[in-house]
Order: sequence, then C-alpha cells, then structure tokens
Amino acid sequence: MSQEQAYAIELSHIDKKFGAVHANRDISLQVPKGTIHGIIGENGAGKSTLMSIIYGFYKADKGSMMIDGKPFLPSSSQDAIASGVGMVHQHFMLVETFTVLENVVLGAEDGWKLNESLASAKLKLEELATSYGLEVPVDAIVGELPVGLQQRVEILKALYRGAKILILDEPTGVLTPQEADHLFKILDKLRAQGTTIMIITHKLREVLAVTDNVSVMRQGAMVGHVATKDTSQEHLAEMMVGRKVLLKVDRGQAAPKQSLIEVKDLCYVDSSGVERVKKMSFSVRSGEIVGIAGVSGNGQSELLSLLGGIIKPTSGEIVLNNNTISAANPSDPQLVRAMGVGHIPEDRHKMGLINKFEAQEAYIMGYHQLPMYNKGLLQDKKAINQSCQTNMDKWDVRPADPTLKTANFSGGNQQKLVIAREMEQDPDVLLVGQPTRGVDIGAIEYIHQQVISSRDAGKAVLLVSVELDEIMNLADRIIVLFDGAVVGEVNSDDANEQILGLMMANIMPEHLKKGAKPQGEQS
Amino acid sequence: MSQARVPAWVTVALLPAINVLLAFLVSALLFIYIDISPIDAAKVMWQGAFGYAEGIGYTLYYTTGFIFTGLAVAVAFHAGLFNIGGEGQAYIGGLGVGLVCLTLGEFAPWYIVFPVAIVVGGVFGAAWAFIPAYLQAKRGSHIVITTIMFNFIAASLMAYLLVEVLKPENTMATESRVFAVGSWLPKMHEFFALFGYEMSASPLNLSFFFALVCCVFVWLFIWHTRWGYEIRSVGSNPSAATYAGIKYVRIVCLTMLVSGMLAGFFALNVLQGELHQIKLNFVEGFGFTGIAVALMGRNHPIGVLLASLLFGFLYQGGAELSFEYGVDRNIVVVLQGLVILFCGALEHMLRPSIENTYLKLFAKTNEEAA
Repeated sequence: MSQEQAYAIELSHIDKKFGAVHANRDISLQVPKGTIHGIIGENGAGKSTLMSIIYGFYKADKGSMMIDGKPFLPSSSQDAIASGVGMVHQHFMLVETFTVLENVVLGAEDGWKLNESLASAKLKLEELATSYGLEVPVDAIVGELPVGLQQRVEILKALYRGAKILILDEPTGVLTPQEADHLFKILDKLRAQGTTIMIITHKLREVLAVTDNVSVMRQGAMVGHVATKDTSQEHLAEMMVGRKVLLKVDRGQAAPKQSLIEVKDLCYVDSSGVERVKKMSFSVRSGEIVGIAGVSGNGQSELLSLLGGIIKPTSGEIVLNNNTISAANPSDPQLVRAMGVGHIPEDRHKMGLINKFEAQEAYIMGYHQLPMYNKGLLQDKKAINQSCQTNMDKWDVRPADPTLKTANFSGGNQQKLVIAREMEQDPDVLLVGQPTRGVDIGAIEYIHQQVISSRDAGKAVLLVSVELDEIMNLADRIIVLFDGAVVGEVNSDDANEQILGLMMANIMPEHLKKGAKPQGEQS
Repeated sequence: MSQARVPAWVTVALLPAINVLLAFLVSALLFIYIDISPIDAAKVMWQGAFGYAEGIGYTLYYTTGFIFTGLAVAVAFHAGLFNIGGEGQAYIGGLGVGLVCLTLGEFAPWYIVFPVAIVVGGVFGAAWAFIPAYLQAKRGSHIVITTIMFNFIAASLMAYLLVEVLKPENTMATESRVFAVGSWLPKMHEFFALFGYEMSASPLNLSFFFALVCCVFVWLFIWHTRWGYEIRSVGSNPSAATYAGIKYVRIVCLTMLVSGMLAGFFALNVLQGELHQIKLNFVEGFGFTGIAVALMGRNHPIGVLLASLLFGFLYQGGAELSFEYGVDRNIVVVLQGLVILFCGALEHMLRPSIENTYLKLFAKTNEEAA
C-alpha cells in the first residue's frame, strides 16, 4: 500500500464512553480506497460501537472522521448514507412480506407516487444487479428467498442509496460455505469497481481469504493493523486475545462403547403442519462426540428440542440411556434430566438463561426441584449460593459473583455458567447446541477442552453447531442435515470443508456414497 | 456492550417519587383552575388523611383494601399475566365471606368465623380466577379479555343473587341481611382498647394485620419458594422456563389461583370488617385501582404497601377535600387518574433523562473507583 493513496475513510483518535464503560479508546484507522478491510476482535472489543459511530448511530466523544479527505460528522444514519456509507447488518433489516423492489426502495422513495418511483427504481436496480453480479428476482417476496439472496438485497439496498463505503457486520454468520464464497466473489467485484468494504467478523479464516488489510481491536482499543498477506490465523488470534491461543484442541482418539442415544425414524411436524424433522435415524455411543452439521434452520433446533423433551415426536422413537420416548410415550424436560441427560441449549438468551435472574438463580434452572436446593417449602438460598459460587470458581466464570444479574456477564461467561450447570450434574448424555456462539476465543478454547474431557469421561455427546470448524475440531463422526433429514454421515477424519459444504446443500459426494476413499484432504 | 448502570434506588425510589410529584403538580394546576389554592387543598388532604386519629384510621382502612387487590395484580404480573379481574374476584370472594358470616356467623364467634372466611373467601376468589387461567393456559384465550368478561359476569351474578336469593323480604335495598354481631371482625380501636390503648373509632379493623401477613406471604412465595421461582421464570422467559421443564399450564393456573385468592381477601376488610352485609357493588373499583397499585409498587410487596398507602391517602384526603370545599367527590378519581397516568402510563417518560443526569453527576466518581 503506498502512502500516497487516498483514504476512503479515515478515523483519528475516536473515543467513546458509555457511562463508566470505555467502549472505544483513542482509535485511529485508515482505510485505503477500493480495498477490503477486516475489523476483528472479541465480543465487547468495541467493533460494533466503532461501526455505529461511523454509521451515525452514536456520536464520538472525541476524535474526528474524514471521508475522501473531507470532514465527516454524521448525526444520524441518514447523514452517513448521504456521505456514501452503507451498512449491511448481521440481522437483516428487511420487511419479509415486501418484494425485493419494495424493500430496496423503502425509505428512499422519490415523490409521493409510489408506482413511479418503483418503476424508476426497477431500472436502476437491474443496472446495479448486472454490473456487480448481484442478480436477484426483483419481484419476489423477500421472506421466500434463501438467506444468501436476502443478504444480496441488503447489499443492493446500500448500493441503491449510493454507497461507496460498505460496512458488513458478520456477513457469513448465516451462510453455507458455498454461499459465503459467492459473497466473497461479489465483494471482489465491488472492490474492482472502486467500492471500499469494511468487514466485521470473528471468523479468522474468512478475514484471511477476502481482505487486503486487517485491524485488530481488543478491549476498546486498536491493537494493530496488518496487511493480510503478512499474517496468519494464529497471529491474529494472539493479537485479539493478547496471549497465545490453541485454535485447534487435540482431541485424541475416541473410545466409544455402548450406544446411549438411539434415534429411529424420528419425525416431527410443527403446529403449522410443516415437517421439520424427517425420518431421522442415528446413534451416539458412550465416549464419542457426534457432530450435527447443517445450515441453521434445517432441523437441528427441533432435533435438540425433541431429545431434550421440550417438544414431542410426531412419530418414531428416541432411546435415551435405555429410556424410550415416542409419540405414545412422550417425555418432558424434567424427566429427560432425570434420565441422565444434560442439555446445553443452542441459544442461551432464549433458553439457557433468564437475563433478569441472578447468576445463582439461573444456575439452578431445570434443577430447582432437586432436594439439595430446597429446605421444606422454601428454597435453600444458602445451598444455592454456595453451589453456584463453588462452580463459578471451578469453571472460571468471571466475575465470580452469584448475585450479579445474568445479563451483566459477557457471552463467554454466560455460556460457561450454562455449561457448568449442565455438566456438574454429571449426566451420561450431553446435548450440546452451539456451545461457542458469541463466545470469545479464549473461552472457546476452554469450552472445547471441557466438551472433549466429558467425552473421555464416557459421556455420549451430541454436538450441534453451524460452525464447520468447530464440528471438524470436536466431532468424531459428523452427520449432516438438510431440510430436516439426514443427508449422510462422515468420519471427521474424512471430512473437509468442501465435502461438508456439498452435503449441507443436500449433495452427497459420489465417493462417499459408495464408500470409496475420500480424495479431499483434512483441513 | 454493557450499558452503564444506575443504582437500584434511582429506579425504585427516586423515579416513582418524581412521577408522583409531577402528578401533584398537574393536580395543582387543576385546583387553580377551579379556584382552590393548591396549598390549602394539599393541607386539607394531608390533615384529612393523617392529621387526626380517625382520619388515619380511614386512610389505613382504604390502604388495607388496596393491599389485597394490589398484591393480587402483582403476583399475576410475575408470571407475565395481566389480571384485570381483581374487581370480579374480590366481588365473588365477598360472596364466600358473606355466606360464611351469614351461616357460621349465627352461632360462632368472630375468631372462628374469620379463619373460615379467609379460606372460603380465598377459595371463591381463586375459583373465579381459575376459569380464565385455564382458558389462557389450555385454549390460548387471552387472560386480559377473559378476566374483564368475568368482571361483568361476577357483577351480574351478584346482582341476581342479591335480588333473588340473599335479599331479606320486605326490603327494597339490594343487600343481604346484616351479619350477626358476634361474627363482626373487631375494629382496631376495639382491639387496642383490650390492652388499654384509647383510639378514635374508625372502620380500620383487624384485617389490616392480615393484609400485612399477606405482604410477607407474597414476598416469601415469590422469592423464596420453588413455585415462585417457576412463576418468575415463566414471566421473564417462557421458552427458558419450558427448557427447564417448568409446566406452563400448571404455573398459569397456580399463579391465577393465588392472585384470585388475594383479591378474594378484599372482602374480609370491607364486608366482615365494616359493612357487615353483602351490598351491591361493594368493591367500588378497588379491584381496578389494584392494577395501578401494583404498577406503582413495582410488583413488590413493600412497593405495594407504600402505593396502597398513597392511594389510601388520596381516597381519604380527597373525601375530606370534597367535604371541605364542596367540590365533586370525583375529584379524587381525577387525582388518582393523574397519579396512575404519571406513574403507570408515563413511567418511562422521565427515565432516560433522570438516568443520564444521575450518570453525569456521579459516573465520574464510579469510574475513578473502578
């Protein structure tokens, strides 16, 4: 990068405090025009705050910004858009019942006659779509489009408003590897046409794949800028966490014994009549980790809920630790726990915890009926407090304060609290959903080690994750789901990203079908 | 990104206090409009409610009623249920209390009748709340709608019973016969006279103590039992509660039974304590005001107690006010309405600015400490 090159966006000494929280400390950043710039950092490192400042949601306390060498001081997102900044949020801001065209025009209609602005928008949109390779069915209802296409609509929305600088927040979180590749191609094309792109992510591999430069944030401060070609995953991880991190835990050899989870022809039809789980059959043995891979929304959540006793199977059966659950003989979460099953739910905010509760209250969820936590009619607050305190210390949950509200812990510590709760009851079967979603790298390492050590202690572990890296790191066998059905199963030694990616799109590679030797190498 | 936090007392005490103050300021404008000096009016109200023993007695008598209906709404709130039916549940609870007094009261003294009336009044109120609860839990009928409907059904049912069954012959008033004197709940002044304390006569009776017991009960039940834990789980995060194996149907029914029971207790104070007969519309809107009491009291027994005291003050002080100035008695309703408006509906209006002001003033010291 030559120094003479003009900067698309330049931040100098940006500082932002929320009360006592110092979210951004003296941040300076220069993004050369027409490049892709990665911003990485753990949760709470201040990435989102910084982007919100650029996008005009927040005002910096100190510091200044320049766009194309001109001072830039947005007081709202309208200002940012007017200056050519566009943002694609992690959770799409789309009206699902509107068409693509209506979504793109929304808020940028000119004149009061909707028909006219729609007609002119359609022309402009088609022009954009062809020049950037962003083809979308303009008249389709957005809710009916696959996620990858919805994301394109978001990008088009930004471009339609004249964005020259595009900010993408965790853009690949919901995409299959193939869709992500496609997105990267689009980004390449945009860059070639002069658009500057900033990507916020925690996926180191993608940062390396697509960016020109990377900036790393830690605890609100910018800890370094590097050219992507001069760095590696290990190096970036070290910068993010501030110490050396093991990205891949050595899981050793599994020694599976008797089968503890047996799923036979399991079906589940939800209340609106949609078949969410279709004739699934598989088993998990004591002492092994079976990974369930798939793009989110392909039946994983329902499978976990079925196994956890939260929803009842429509047909088929589940045998958990020699207890049979079927439509005729349904179970409930209390009974399932009594069978020796621990369940770490996929979404700790929706299911695993209650944000309003104190840590010690959240810590007894699901086990609050146990005699150890009750004394006659009243709860034994002392026992609850002590049990929580002991395990917060043991599991390194910080701050180790049982009376602190759950919402005030960081994602990693919340997750550790949930995992501690479920593992400390010493279950024989462990259902693990997205154990490291929204968890910082330091905690990921620890959580992965714990999952593996519970496998080595003879538990049957079912791991559901949309992070392929996680599945390939931890699982001994991998089952891929598509549209509620099992596509196939691979040994994780035979699996690689392409194979899993194909399977996630419901294509079973020929050589695996016939039991031929895999050609792909392990990644 | 964790938000900066303000200490609990700012939201729990300062904010409601400022809201009440605002309500009083607007009331002051109203008084100026009707040519009454707001300061004089405030004096009259304060004098009337707390200035002399009888006034205090009346204030606490009203407070007792508000505690029961306020607690009823508060308990339901913890499960995320909006029990609008306190009015009807209190009314039907009154049927239970009244029947006990009319029958058992003939030959048993009050200290036997009272516990039985507690049980029967509670059961009647609970039963009236159970039907909407069951419909909500099993059939998905919204509890707000059903409890409102049940208020109307209760009113019609009671009117029918009073006219056709309970009204003695040869009278025109829609009320039951008077309970036997022996079954009357002792007044506080009678009770204290036993120990040699002289108090002015007022309707305040022993059920006030029972109301305080109920406050303690609710506190223990909600925060110190596994059932209260389950109720709060369902109220804060239903899907997490399901995950934890808490049965929604059972918890909704349990919560509403307790809520209806507390509302049913309302009749102990008014019927067994003061009126000594079942009268048409004896609940007089206390069931509805209970919603505002719970809102103001943040669904905590101590808050409910304080809010009940405030509403008791408004009720009694307002009565004195209308007596003194000859203004319409409904001025009380206007005052109540303003308090509800500012503390309930506009509860969050001032919150951001107060929190920000607090943080600006005190955040610096926190940070240095950190």
